[in-house]
Amino acid sequence: MLSRTAENLYWLARYVERAEYLARTIDATLRVTALPAAYIGKTNEWDSALLTAGVSTSFYQAYQEANEQNVVEYLSFAPNNPSSIRNCIEAARLNARSVRTALTSEMWDTINGAWIELQEAWCKGTSSREELARFLRFVQEASLRFDGSAYRTMLRNDAYWFSRLGLHLERADNTARILDVKYHVLLPEEEHVGGPLDYYQWTSILRSVSAMTAYHWVYRETLKPWLIADLLILNDMMPRSLASCYGNLVRNLDQIGVAYGRQGPAQRHARGIRNRLEHSNMDDIFQHGVHEFIQEFIADNARLGEIITKQYLI
Amino acid sequence: MALAFDEMNGLGGGLRPAYQELSRWLEETPPDALEYRRHEAELLFRRIGITFAVYGESEAQERLIPFDVIPRILSTREWAILEKGLRQRVRALNMFLRDVYHGRDILRAGIVPDDLIFQNPVFRPEMNGQDVPHDVYIHIAGIDIVRVDAENFIVLEDNARTPSGVSYMLENREIMMRLFPDLFARHRVAPVERYPDELLSALRSVAPHAASSEPTVALMTPGVYNSAYYEHSFLADKLGIELVEGRDLIVKNDEVFMRTTEGLKRVDVIYRRVDDDFLDPLTFRPDSALGVPGLMSAYAAGNITLANAVGTGISDDKAIYSYMPDIVKFYLAEEPILKNVETWRCREPKDLSYVLDHLGELVVKEVHGSGGYGMLIGPAATKATIEAFRDKLKREPEGFIAQPTLALSTCPTYTASGLAPRHVDLRPFVLTGRDRTTIVPGGLTRVALKEGSLVVNSSQGGGTKDTWILDE
Repeated sequence: MLSRTAENLYWLARYVERAEYLARTIDATLRVTALPAAYIGKTNEWDSALLTAGVSTSFYQAYQEANEQNVVEYLSFAPNNPSSIRNCIEAARLNARSVRTALTSEMWDTINGAWIELQEAWCKGTSSREELARFLRFVQEASLRFDGSAYRTMLRNDAYWFSRLGLHLERADNTARILDVKYHVLLPEEEHVGGPLDYYQWTSILRSVSAMTAYHWVYRETLKPWLIADLLILNDMMPRSLASCYGNLVRNLDQIGVAYGRQGPAQRHARGIRNRLEHSNMDDIFQHGVHEFIQEFIADNARLGEIITKQYLI
Repeated sequence: MALAFDEMNGLGGGLRPAYQELSRWLEETPPDALEYRRHEAELLFRRIGITFAVYGESEAQERLIPFDVIPRILSTREWAILEKGLRQRVRALNMFLRDVYHGRDILRAGIVPDDLIFQNPVFRPEMNGQDVPHDVYIHIAGIDIVRVDAENFIVLEDNARTPSGVSYMLENREIMMRLFPDLFARHRVAPVERYPDELLSALRSVAPHAASSEPTVALMTPGVYNSAYYEHSFLADKLGIELVEGRDLIVKNDEVFMRTTEGLKRVDVIYRRVDDDFLDPLTFRPDSALGVPGLMSAYAAGNITLANAVGTGISDDKAIYSYMPDIVKFYLAEEPILKNVETWRCREPKDLSYVLDHLGELVVKEVHGSGGYGMLIGPAATKATIEAFRDKLKREPEGFIAQPTLALSTCPTYTASGLAPRHVDLRPFVLTGRDRTTIVPGGLTRVALKEGSLVVNSSQGGGTKDTWILDE
């Protein structure tokens, strides 16, 4: 297939995934900031939201203070924030339009339909909390529909695999960013002192990756920070964990490699990261330092993006 | 201006046969049912993303072309005449192009003046003496036809460069069949759905001689911001070929390749929807970012087929148009089946003075204009506009032609105040491959939605209709 088509499919999936993640982040932050101060302490959760979205620097160029109104505006609609939900959907649709021929009509319908409806939402704005909640839910549902229609209607060929690569690479990046911002509340068992403040931080983390229920099913335990870290980093069952994302990245890259009859640096690099995740356990990671581990991962993951681009997309 | 011929009711002489069933159906169908389906159709168009861009309008970047739900009907007998005339005309156009870029018999015979060719900005000296694969220049032609009475079809314009609109022919039919199954059950409408297959086989048939028996065809688009981008992606999809932009292609050793995820892949035929000027920055406009450096040298080496060929603009030029009846006679020794509109060439002093004296009744067009831009419709224009045109004409007479204001035929059309006659034209698409010419029965009917308006261009508020060729 055309390199440009593969590139568009890859970015289309990334943008949709990112839009959903931003919507979840805003949602989770709204919940935690609605708690009385005694439950969450003095940290500015809106600042954390900006950090997990990776737009802190650009935000402060445009705004003085990170409060609900400013951050919601910036993450959702701001035209000058290249990764606002609005711009993600715009970019997703532009990519989709460039590769209409590689999309199924269901996928196009979802992305074009979401774009049309969001145009209306932007014109009206979301003045109330209720409207905002509806908007955030809509974005998440659009992403689910998109993902579902890709899963159910696309031919299982390189077009599908490249779009999956975009999805999992973006998802891994998002999960890693939350961990990067919140690593200080994810302490190992022996250091854990367990104040009530942290509890709501933990639920917030789980919510932003929609893993509240999953946690309980997997561990059958009350919230423990080291288990949360395990769930998001190493647990293969959890679709947003780094391990699961890398299982998928390796699988999809292998399929491309088999179809094209050629393995390359992307396959090797992804396998390297996956092996490291497979052979790690949380004790080692805590020993090594969660923060260092995550930062290394973010860099490695970004590197995989570059390698895929060089190998296939240009 | 004479009373317009109505395709349903003639000149008041009663219902014409092809429209009988439709008329009965319209009487049975309550108006709100029509309104409801019109609304449905609009939603479908928006949902599918059948949009076009209007240049120079920033906020309305993607617009829908209004779709009228009342079909335009031609009888099989009428179509047979049209088809014959179209074949004849496109054959002559092709022979004209081959001649202009090779022996130039027609110039020596004094039928067409030399300067009209050699001083014409759309004439491509690069094509002099160059053979194109299988001698086909215009693989896809869109001929704009109007009618003024029951008998006569008149060619308004030949489009031999990158004619667009065929996606509307196909999508309009799909949407009509979806929304009006009952209406289709009462008619025998000739299908148009095989157009993509015919197009693909025409394109494959003209692959360079040296290409493999399974030639690779690609559709080249200027990109998502082009006004006809939807059509490009639609056709690529229907044909099952890659939709490429200039940056996806690369020329090596005079061969054309596309960049794929598996490396470079050879391309044999390019159905290009990019104008000549932008094809190759080394040959044409050096500032073109849409083109492929070296494409023309691969073309000269005979390693790639471009459809349509480079330089076809010289045949659909509005100044050349006025010579078409002579061109048909010269190459085919036949009388033209389709008539031309009477045309005054402003480059000729006698014609110019006539035109200047009758500006208020004529339509004046730029020789190189298209899309309905930059034209004067005398009877509808203000005094100031007419005077402005008078100045332009005096300054640059060779840039213009003038024609009488035709009473284009009308068709019943759904409007805010119910059914009303509106002026229409027709663009059928003529495909020419190595050994045969194909015309899918139908075409794009464009309708001027404003009452009394004669401008059917989508950029100027025109809409479209499904076009039915019907057994009587």
